[in-house]
Amino acid sequence: MKKKMISLLLTVSMVSVLLMGCADAKTTGEQTSEGDQVVSETTETEEVVETASEEGKVLNIYCWNEEFKSRLKDHYPNYEEVDATHGKIGDVSIVWNITPSDDNAYQNNLDNKLMQQADETADNKIDIFLIEADYALKYVDTEYTMSIDELGITEEDLAKQYQYTKDVVTDSNGVLKGVSWQGTPGVIFYNREVATEVFGTDDEAAIQEYVADWDKFVETAGKMKEAGYNMTSSVMDSYRVYSNNVTSKWVVDGKINIDQNIMKWVDDSKKMYDAGETGVHGMWSDDWSKGFYPEGKVFAYFGPAWLINFCMAADVEGSIANQGKWAATKGPQGFFWGGTWICAATGTDNSSLVKDIILQLTTNDDIMMDIVKKDNDFVNNKTVMDQMAQDTTYSSQILGGQNPLAMYCAGVESIDLSNVSSYDSGCNAEFQTAMTNYFEGNATLDEALALFYTAVTEKYPELTY
Amino acid sequence: MIKKKTARVVRYNRWGYIFLIPFVVVYLIFQFIPLATTIYNSFFELYQSGLTKIGPNFVGIENYKTILANEDIWTYTQNTFIMWIIGFIPQILLSLLLGAWFSDPSLRLKGQRFFKTVIYLPNLIMASAFSMLFFTLFSDGGPVNNLLIQAGIFEEPYKFLSNVVSTRTLVGSMNLIMWFGNTTILLMAGMMGIDPALFESAQVDGATSHQVFYRITLPLIRPILVYTLITSLIGGIQMFDVPQILTNGSGNPVRSSMTLIMFLNKHLYSKNFGLGGSISVLLFVITALLSLLVFKMTTKKNQEAGA
Repeated sequence: MKKKMISLLLTVSMVSVLLMGCADAKTTGEQTSEGDQVVSETTETEEVVETASEEGKVLNIYCWNEEFKSRLKDHYPNYEEVDATHGKIGDVSIVWNITPSDDNAYQNNLDNKLMQQADETADNKIDIFLIEADYALKYVDTEYTMSIDELGITEEDLAKQYQYTKDVVTDSNGVLKGVSWQGTPGVIFYNREVATEVFGTDDEAAIQEYVADWDKFVETAGKMKEAGYNMTSSVMDSYRVYSNNVTSKWVVDGKINIDQNIMKWVDDSKKMYDAGETGVHGMWSDDWSKGFYPEGKVFAYFGPAWLINFCMAADVEGSIANQGKWAATKGPQGFFWGGTWICAATGTDNSSLVKDIILQLTTNDDIMMDIVKKDNDFVNNKTVMDQMAQDTTYSSQILGGQNPLAMYCAGVESIDLSNVSSYDSGCNAEFQTAMTNYFEGNATLDEALALFYTAVTEKYPELTY
Repeated sequence: MIKKKTARVVRYNRWGYIFLIPFVVVYLIFQFIPLATTIYNSFFELYQSGLTKIGPNFVGIENYKTILANEDIWTYTQNTFIMWIIGFIPQILLSLLLGAWFSDPSLRLKGQRFFKTVIYLPNLIMASAFSMLFFTLFSDGGPVNNLLIQAGIFEEPYKFLSNVVSTRTLVGSMNLIMWFGNTTILLMAGMMGIDPALFESAQVDGATSHQVFYRITLPLIRPILVYTLITSLIGGIQMFDVPQILTNGSGNPVRSSMTLIMFLNKHLYSKNFGLGGSISVLLFVITALLSLLVFKMTTKKNQEAGA
C-alpha cells in the first residue's frame, strides 16, 4: 500500500512537472515572440489607457542594428530611453526588436511576423520596420507595407528628398511606401600618400583622371602593382559600382538575366586578379580590412560616407583614416551603398506617431542639420546638404581636411534605380560567390555561371535560366 | 491463482507505461510529428517567394525526380563521404592507439586523467565556434599563413580555402580533433571490459604486445568498433556546421565541400519544404539502410562467434 502511494505520488509529480514544462514553454514562447516587451505593469494599465485615447500604447519597431535607435534617441524630441530594448515617447512605450541581418535572420523573422500580422493583438502588431535597398521591393510590393500617402504624409513634405531614395521604395503601381533619412552616394577613397608616391600628386581632380572610367581604372591598377600596391582590397569592392549601373534587371519575365555591366565587372576583375592587382576575399573579412592600415598596401576603397566615417578604423591609432590620409574623388561611375528606409506596417495602431517619427527624422531641416553635424551622416535633404557643401568650416578630418559633401551631392543626383528588382540581394550575393571560383581558377567562366544559376534557382525556385 | 498473478503483473506494468509518458510525449512532438510532416510535405510543391506563399500543390513524386535527376546530389553525397573518411580513418587509428595505451596497465602512464580530459575538451566547443576559429587561422592573411611565410616555407600566402584538397582536409581534421577524444573513451571502455586473465595468459605464452593487440584486443572490441563506425557514419552524413561556417555556406571552391545537409539548407532560404522535404526523406532512407546493413553484419558475426 505504502509502495503504491509512493508510486502514485511520483507519477503525479512527474506528469505535473511535464505539463508545467509545457505551460512554461508556452509563456516564454509568447514572450520572446513579442520581443519580450510588455512588462506585466503595462499589461495591467493597458485597458485603462486604451479607452483614454484611440492609439495604441506600444510601438513595435523591427530593425537589424542600433543605428535607427540612436537616431531616434538623439534627435527625436521627448524620446526617453528605458533600457537597451525599450524606450518611451510620451506615454507610448517603444519596443525595439533588433535581429541582426546575418544569414538572412532579420528578413526571416520579419517575414514570419508580417505574415501573422493580421492575427496579432493591436499591441503586438509591427508598427515600424526598416528595410535596405537590396531587398526593398520584396516588402514594398506587398500589402504588408502601408503607403506613405495613407499615413498623411504628402509629396510636398518630401520635396527636398533625393529622387533615388524614393525610387527604391516605390512599388510596381507607383505608390511610395517608405522614407529614408539618409542618402548614401558613394565615391572612391584613395590613399593620399600612395597617390603622391605614384602620380606625384594627391589632388582630387588629378587623381580623378586616372580613375575616370573602367579602362583607365584597370590601367591605373597596373601602375599600382608596379609600385607594390593593390588597386583595391578585393574585386568585391567595385562590384556595387558596376551593379548599380546596369541597364537591365536581374530577372526578366521569370528568367535570370545577367547584365552587360555585370559581365564587364567579371572581365575587369579577372584581369586585375590574375595580374595580382587585387584580392578576392569577401567584404568585411579580416583580409579585406587590412588595407585600412598603411601595411595593407591598398590604394583605394569604394564607399559612401558611412564607410569611411564608421567602418575604416578611424578611431584606431596608426590607421590611414586616423592620420587623415584618405582623400575622396568621384570614381568611374556613380553608385550608392546602403541606406535604411522606414516603412509603416499595415495594421499599425499608432499611425499618427509613426507619421510624426517619419516627418521629424526625414523632413525636419533642423534635426537633419543636426544629424549631419553630430553623426556625420549624409542626410536625405537637398537644402541641408547643398548648404553644408558650401560651408567652408565643415571639413572631414579623415579626408585630410577635404569637404566631400559637394562630391556626394553631385553623385546622388546621378543614381538611377530604374533596374532594381526584388531578387537583387539574392542574385548579387550568389553571383559574387560563384564568380570567386572563376577568379581563383577553380572553374571556367561557364562552370561558374552554371554554379550561379543553380544557386539562384535554389533560392528562388520560380525562376528559370 | 495464475489469473490473479497475471492481473497483478499487468497492474504492476501499468506504472511502467505511465513512466514512459514523458518520453512518448516528447518523442511524438519533437520527432514523430516533424518526421511525418516532412514526408508529407515532400509530395507537395510548397515554397515562399518573397512574402507570397506558393502551394501546397500536390505533385506526387515530382520533387524526388527533380532531386535525383540532377547529378548535383551525387556530387554532394560524394563530398560528404570524402570529408567523413578524411576525418574518420585517422580518428579511429589515433583512438585505437590512445585507447590501447590508456588501458594497458603495464605501461603505468602518468597523468592519465589529465590527458583523458584534455583530448575530450575540443568536443565541448561549439562546432560553429571551432569552425570560425579555423576560418580565421587559415584565411589568406591569417596567422598560419604568416607563420609559413616567416618560416620561409611559402613565398606567397597559401589559399587554404580556395583549394579543394586543403578545404576538405581542414573540414576532416576539424571533425577529427573534435571527435577523437570521444571515440578514445568509447574504445577504452571496450578495452577495459576485456578479461585481464586473457592478457596475462597471452603474456605467459610469450605473445608480443603487437600480437596481444591484434589477436586479443581488436577481435574483442569489435562490437564497440562497429558501434563507433555506425554513429560516426550517421554523424558524417549529417555533417553541416563545420563546412557551412568554414565556407560561409557556399561550399566553395566550386561546391566541392558542399555536404548533403548544406544542400538541404540551401532550399530553406525560400522555405522550400517540398524539395527540402524530399532531400530529407532520401537522407533518412540512406541512413536507415546503412545502419541496417552494418547492424545485420554484426549480429550475424556475433551469432557465428557464439555458435
